[in-house]
Amino acid sequence: MVEFVQQLINGISLGCIYALIALGYTMVYGIVRLINFAHGDIYMVGAYIGYLTAHRIGPHFFPALIIAMAGAATLGVTIEKIAYKPLRYAPRIAALTTAIGVSIFLENAVRKFISPNFLPFPEMIKRVPFEVRGVTFSNVQIIVPLVALLLVIVLQYIVLRTKPGRAMRAVSLDKDCARLMGVNVDKIVSITFAMGSSLAAAAGVLVGIAYPRIDPYMGVMAGLKAFVSAVLGGIGIIPGAALGGLFMGLAEVMAVHFINSAFKDAVAFVILIIVLLVKPSGLLGKYVSEKV
Amino acid sequence: MSNASARSSFAAGFLRTFIAPAVILAILYQAIVAAFGKNDYYMYVLTLSCMNVILATSLNLINGFTGQFSLGHAGFMAVGAYLAGSLTKFTHWPFVPALVVGAIGASLAGVLVGLPTLRLRGDYLAIATLGFGEIIRMLIIASDQIGLKFLEGPRGVMGITKYTSFGWAYLLAGISVWVLTNFIWSTHGRACVSVREDEVAAEAMGVNTTRYKVMAFCIGAGFAGLAGGLHAHFLQLLHPSSYDFLKSVDYLVMVVVGGMGSLTGCAVAAVFLTVFNEVLRRALELRMLIYAICLVIIMLTRPQGLLGGKEISLGAFKYLVPSYGRSRAGSGERGLT
Repeated sequence: MVEFVQQLINGISLGCIYALIALGYTMVYGIVRLINFAHGDIYMVGAYIGYLTAHRIGPHFFPALIIAMAGAATLGVTIEKIAYKPLRYAPRIAALTTAIGVSIFLENAVRKFISPNFLPFPEMIKRVPFEVRGVTFSNVQIIVPLVALLLVIVLQYIVLRTKPGRAMRAVSLDKDCARLMGVNVDKIVSITFAMGSSLAAAAGVLVGIAYPRIDPYMGVMAGLKAFVSAVLGGIGIIPGAALGGLFMGLAEVMAVHFINSAFKDAVAFVILIIVLLVKPSGLLGKYVSEKV
Repeated sequence: MSNASARSSFAAGFLRTFIAPAVILAILYQAIVAAFGKNDYYMYVLTLSCMNVILATSLNLINGFTGQFSLGHAGFMAVGAYLAGSLTKFTHWPFVPALVVGAIGASLAGVLVGLPTLRLRGDYLAIATLGFGEIIRMLIIASDQIGLKFLEGPRGVMGITKYTSFGWAYLLAGISVWVLTNFIWSTHGRACVSVREDEVAAEAMGVNTTRYKVMAFCIGAGFAGLAGGLHAHFLQLLHPSSYDFLKSVDYLVMVVVGGMGSLTGCAVAAVFLTVFNEVLRRALELRMLIYAICLVIIMLTRPQGLLGGKEISLGAFKYLVPSYGRSRAGSGERGLT
């Protein structure tokens, strides 16, 4: 039992990180129907911006978080404008291939211009371990879920209560109709990319704090797992992504602990294939038939 | 079409797929040898090119002609490589049967992946195939823990007999391209293209779209397995890291650069990019940066790939012969539209 609770706590902080990345996937997919393959790499760039900021101004958590989020938002919007916008009406395969290109570009740009090796992430929050009835955890494992929760609440507020949020929902329902109603679709798409990317960067900084080691390929697997989380929750549905992310984190930690550590990465794909077979619309999704 | 012309088109097909590339490659090889001197390394690169031609053209069948998006080609290659490699190493099978079994195994894997996932739309399919490729790789890495000790898990299997020579690789590349060309121009191939063009319309015309998608996957995966077997007996090594996601991306780039739906285009791109990779071998990041930028620029300017659906044919050279060009101009062209 103690063991289970221990893994539950470990799983929640990992799951929160997946959830934050998954939110970006799901928002972008909801609006432009594109799997942004480069999203995992934006998360990686976010972690690197946090790393560089900490080296410049010292290991302070909130400045690093904010600068990383702002930097990633700019990057996300730039990528959208250069690489995805011209292909908005092209076949999906073209946009998907471009996204893979952007992803490889970001990984190798970081490899070339920063470092190809693992880097130690600076300790921004001093780790204080606790022990309650045999379950050990640290303050980091509380801070990570709290920050994630805060960001999700802010996101939900923006999407549900503000004017850009309403415009976002309108665009995701029907792009052309929203345009007719006077919504500036291009602007809304940019806002979506900015928000998604900044959440990914926040996840990047949080992962740096929780697992203090970063490398240029850290975004590949994390991005794929976050994507699976988004599919699991029902792609395009914001609470679904958060739920899916948590589930993914827990499933991974449990599988590693109780089955075999070799299945660390395979769990995600097994979940994906099960979801696609059993309920392709995801946990919270509704079935939509394809129109001609 | 009369019998005689059918026979002559068979001969023409043979000429197109075996003789013409051999002549071109021989000329290129001689030119390189003349310029830089003789070197075994050139033969190595040429052999590698032939294997990449098999992989690129078979991926083109799935991605370019059938319009599905597979990112798991390296996974199928791994199945073929491990099957063929362990057959020759542990059970001392001869080369060709091992290759055939590897190819069949990979194409069964293709069907296995295809059946559940092909109901999915393009982007889900991409992730599902990627996931499949990764699962294969992880199974190989975990193989020493799940009862397949002889596969050595993450350490890889060494000491496989070197059967693959340039001759074998060239012969099998030629056969692959030939079979794929004939498949694409057959009834079934036309059905695959119709799935790419408009799935709903194809279904309305009575094309069983799922069946043709699975068929394309099965054939594409089979050839990937064949190339995998060649690859294993070429490097004399089976290692999970040879078949990772970036390998699948390499073949995707070949297809995209050559043209989605152009067999000759992607074959030329496969040779070109293999050589290009070798030239830039020392600067890995630079190579990948150039790759990435090319991929994005090509997609932005020509979403169907450089050649699109056009094929490079000997017909193009007819225009160099004045009298031939006037009388039979254009007869050799059969680009897909």
